[in-house]
Amino acid sequence: MHHRPAVEIRSLLYSYPDGTLALRGIDLVIEEGESVGIVGPNGAGKSTLLLHLNGILMGKGDVRVFGLPVEKKNLQEIRRRVGLVFQDPDDQLFCPTVFEDVAFGPMNMGLSKKEVSLAVSRALRDVGVAGKERRSAHHLSYGQKKRVSIATVLSMRPDLLVLDEPSSNLDPKSRRELSELLQNMPITKILVTHDLPFVFENCDRVVVLSAGRIAADGAAFDILSDEELLAEYGLELPYGFYPVQRQRSKNHDREM
Amino acid sequence: MRRIQHAFLDEYSDLDSVIHKLDPRAKLIGFVALVVLCVSTPPNLWLAFAVFLALEMTVLFISHVPLRHVLKRMLIVVPFILAVALFIPFFNKGGGSYNLGPLKVSAHGLTILWNVTIKSMVSVFAVILLSSTTPFPDLLHAMEKLKMPRIITTTLSFTYRYVFVLLDELQRMKRARDSRGWSGKWLWQAKVIGHMIGALFLRSYERGERVYAAMLSRGYDGQVQTAYTYRVGVAEIGFLALIVLVPIAVRLSF
Ligand SMILES: Nc1ncnc2c1ncn2[C@@H]1O[C@H](COP(=O)(O)OP(=O)(O)OP(=O)(O)O)[C@@H](O)[C@H]1O
Ligand SMILES: [Mg+2]
Repeated sequence: MHHRPAVEIRSLLYSYPDGTLALRGIDLVIEEGESVGIVGPNGAGKSTLLLHLNGILMGKGDVRVFGLPVEKKNLQEIRRRVGLVFQDPDDQLFCPTVFEDVAFGPMNMGLSKKEVSLAVSRALRDVGVAGKERRSAHHLSYGQKKRVSIATVLSMRPDLLVLDEPSSNLDPKSRRELSELLQNMPITKILVTHDLPFVFENCDRVVVLSAGRIAADGAAFDILSDEELLAEYGLELPYGFYPVQRQRSKNHDREM
Repeated sequence: MRRIQHAFLDEYSDLDSVIHKLDPRAKLIGFVALVVLCVSTPPNLWLAFAVFLALEMTVLFISHVPLRHVLKRMLIVVPFILAVALFIPFFNKGGGSYNLGPLKVSAHGLTILWNVTIKSMVSVFAVILLSSTTPFPDLLHAMEKLKMPRIITTTLSFTYRYVFVLLDELQRMKRARDSRGWSGKWLWQAKVIGHMIGALFLRSYERGERVYAAMLSRGYDGQVQTAYTYRVGVAEIGFLALIVLVPIAVRLSF
């Protein structure tokens, strides 16, 4: 069988019903197993792009996921394979209990009750909130809600995990735990975030989006250490964060 | 994004008594039956009402839910009873009358007042028992299993999930407004309330769209599935016998 990338987007254009041109020609190929960070200023079109990956939005152009064109007849298959987690856990978690939220995807896939229960326990264990099945999302902390949100798609065993702003509003400890969680997941990942150090920790590749176009695309280290490029697109590393140093300690860890 | 604490809708429902462990369907049927039986009991069967209350007290005792909680929640019926109390005794003539100081009260009116008071108390007591021994999600499943229309259970489920999210949103807007010196004293400030209602509506609408997108993303196709299984055992039958058969027996014995 010939080689099929995880995501293949060709000259994608999208404008919202009110006329806002949100995507102005996106070309992007993401290989299986890659971990890609998408960054860019507010309103760049990052979230809009994500919504095209599982056909919630369909623009002009060609989007393929694991070789399947994103079109009506493939939606069910695509939505099973693409785990899209929305930014606000209050949108992602809409059921009365955590169990039902995590079970929602597997149930729609038509799994048996036993398989569903198993998938739910496994997903909750993987994100470290086992035992909270009967809780209402309303009674969880923000960090726990974020984890459960990820569990709601992990339970469908996706091949591509897509997270919109996964680290926003997390306290430092929850943020580090999320980072560890992601690094232990050997599937293709796309992260949209304003948290550049988070991208640096979790992604090999960075795509900079600006005003609906791809402004830069390259290795995480190259992009994040290019101060001029970052400044041009309104991106800033936190004070005292130097990719060169981090890269050294990353390499050091690897050698050990 | 701070979370503002609200009272639990189903406080004490996470205790661990025999009553809490019962199949929620049995509890739903049992308490609804009790309410129906109570409401249809003629007001002059004093003993029947005593039995209803005794049954409820027994269930309360077994469930370990504090009486104080029940009494607090029962306060919500007081305004209704008072409203009835204010009017009925004076407008209903017949069956003789009593002089209460300067007031003349008809016996029929008093009967109606008693009828409303005792029935609303027994009924509200039953609902409080149900909600403080059964987590709301379990109640929803019970309704689904009992073939209540999906549209109702789904609506209730979203309400349960989002009522506090919405209240949080309102709370945050109010804080933002008050932080900027809103006093509510001036007429022009009333306009702000209108804006707030508009903003709340818009936010809810947009939330609705995002939630729907999140549902679609996980393969939703208009069909809600449930993965709950319940079983009816000795405890459930015992409970139903107590809460349904005893009242029926009492009613038939008059
Ligand atoms: N539902 C909508 N209707 C109309 N325009 C929209 C809608 N959603 C987003 N837009 C517009 O589309 C453009 C891209 O928005 P998008 O949400 O994709 O940006 P983003 O990169 O995710 O920004 P942020 O970093 O703030 O999340 C913006 O100009 C935005 O105002
Ligand atoms: Mg966004």
